[in-house]
Amino acid sequence: MSSQSILQVKDITKVFGGIIAVNHLSFDINEGEILGIIGPNGSGKTTLINCITGFIKMTSGKVIYHGKNIEGKPAHKIADMGIARTFQIMRPYYTLPCYKNLVIPLFSPRAKRTGGWRGGGKLGDRDTVGIDILEEIGFERDSFVPYKLASTLPTGYLKRLELARCLALKPELIICDEIFSGLSMSEIASMVPLIERLQMDGITMIMIEHRLRELFQVANRVMVLNFGEKVIEGTSEQVMADEKVKVVYFGSEGAEEVMKYA
Amino acid sequence: MEERRKERLDRGIKIRTDKIYALMSWRELSYLTMPRLVLIVGILMLPFVVPGMYWQRVISIVCVYALLALIFDFLAHFVGLVSLGGAFFIGVGGYLAAILNTSAGLPPIVTIPLAALIGAAICTVLLLPCLPLRGVYFAIVTLMYPLVAARIIEALDILGGTDGIMGVESFSSTWTEQYFIILMTLLFLFGIRRLVNMDIGLVFRAVKDNDQAVRASGINITLYKAIAVFIASGVGCLSGACLVHIYMWSGISLFSLDFSILPIAATVIGGAGTLVGPVLGCFILVPISELLRAFGTLRIVFYSLILVAFIVFRSEGIMVYGQRKYHQFERWVKI
Repeated sequence: MSSQSILQVKDITKVFGGIIAVNHLSFDINEGEILGIIGPNGSGKTTLINCITGFIKMTSGKVIYHGKNIEGKPAHKIADMGIARTFQIMRPYYTLPCYKNLVIPLFSPRAKRTGGWRGGGKLGDRDTVGIDILEEIGFERDSFVPYKLASTLPTGYLKRLELARCLALKPELIICDEIFSGLSMSEIASMVPLIERLQMDGITMIMIEHRLRELFQVANRVMVLNFGEKVIEGTSEQVMADEKVKVVYFGSEGAEEVMKYA
Repeated sequence: MEERRKERLDRGIKIRTDKIYALMSWRELSYLTMPRLVLIVGILMLPFVVPGMYWQRVISIVCVYALLALIFDFLAHFVGLVSLGGAFFIGVGGYLAAILNTSAGLPPIVTIPLAALIGAAICTVLLLPCLPLRGVYFAIVTLMYPLVAARIIEALDILGGTDGIMGVESFSSTWTEQYFIILMTLLFLFGIRRLVNMDIGLVFRAVKDNDQAVRASGINITLYKAIAVFIASGVGCLSGACLVHIYMWSGISLFSLDFSILPIAATVIGGAGTLVGPVLGCFILVPISELLRAFGTLRIVFYSLILVAFIVFRSEGIMVYGQRKYHQFERWVKI
């Protein structure tokens, strides 16, 4: 794996009124890596990615992407540079059929340049490209699923549709906000190989998760947040073994309890 | 007595994708084309059927309102911008056409498209600051525009002040007037219907559905809202320009709120989100309003009653109801 860093987050702070949601946070992510971000509810994970992707303005700090500062740029410019994101609460276009959902990202300037996922610089018919992407992401081409209205789909497909929307942009970095949450065990089991395949295709990923078992399986590195601050950053084993993480997740008494049984 | 129940089935004429139709027979071909043909032929026949000059003039006014209702429906249900600026579009287009005609001496055939283009540019630039707003907030701000414009003209006594601009050239005959505006109505009705199903139209609908997801897809939503407003205000200004050439006069009554409110009523009656519904709504509402003139001030009472009846008994609108019934078989089956 190359060790060249694709995204450097430097000293980000986000303050909502009197609440410090993200507090002087810095981290790097290397090309082709999967970085997991975990932490209890309200620890600032989603705020962090909203800041990085330009959906909210950060109070202070810098985000360096490919050596350029992207802090303060509007969200669509950042997406145009190759940082795609999914939303924790899925945001499909409910009134459109699934494959038409992908026409919108394929209409973007970036997709016109890159030709979309797997596209070689030339974008074909958007409907066809959309159905190709959906097939790759696990929608059965010969079924009715890609042609159904997005409002009729179950959560599992909607999560995949979120990912498909990112892929249509041919991104270099995908930021997934709880892509496993709300899925059944079997659905997660089929998502994991998909994530691994995307990594093999050279896509860097940041994954925010509450499903630790599956995250530790795919992530190269894991960062733990609490109250907007970094608790620890390291490999899955290091994080699992760390005392502070147990305190964050189970409380100081809870940690002793867990240690008793451990 | 044997029990029966009503069975409803959808006609399976559309298959899989929405681009390919499986046409088996003349019957199915006519099933698809008949509603469109009836509408087009019906509207084109209108000038021949109606009695007298007065009602012929009403048809032209109906079409002006129909264009406004059409763009209201387009902006509200396909872009997510509830616009009460219909009167503003009419006013800008109307005054532009009047100025181009009286000062520059251009004939109506030139002033109308020019007023539409220049007016669209002016309206889009002026509405640009409101584009980050959505829904009812956008509605409130757009409602200010016609009110402000009328008061500015009145207070500063510009553009003819309260007298307006007189002596605007009329169309060469009643027939050209009617057929010009009827053809424009049909053109933009079918044009916008096609537009919302094209890829750029899907982007508009996506902005309405979920603007954050559109931003995450690397698309500048303000740009696409501006494009939609440009198209809509262009159509609005065109109808305003036509109105001025019909009345041969342009004044601050062009900014009256009738032009903002009636299209909404027509959309409610005709069926929101169908595009053709609001047009038909105007063909119902405006003539009713003319017929009720005989009742003097009671007119507004009857008018309101009709509106309330529609909202209570057919809140989905005529076209939504009609389309659903048209695409269904109904039959009685034994149980």
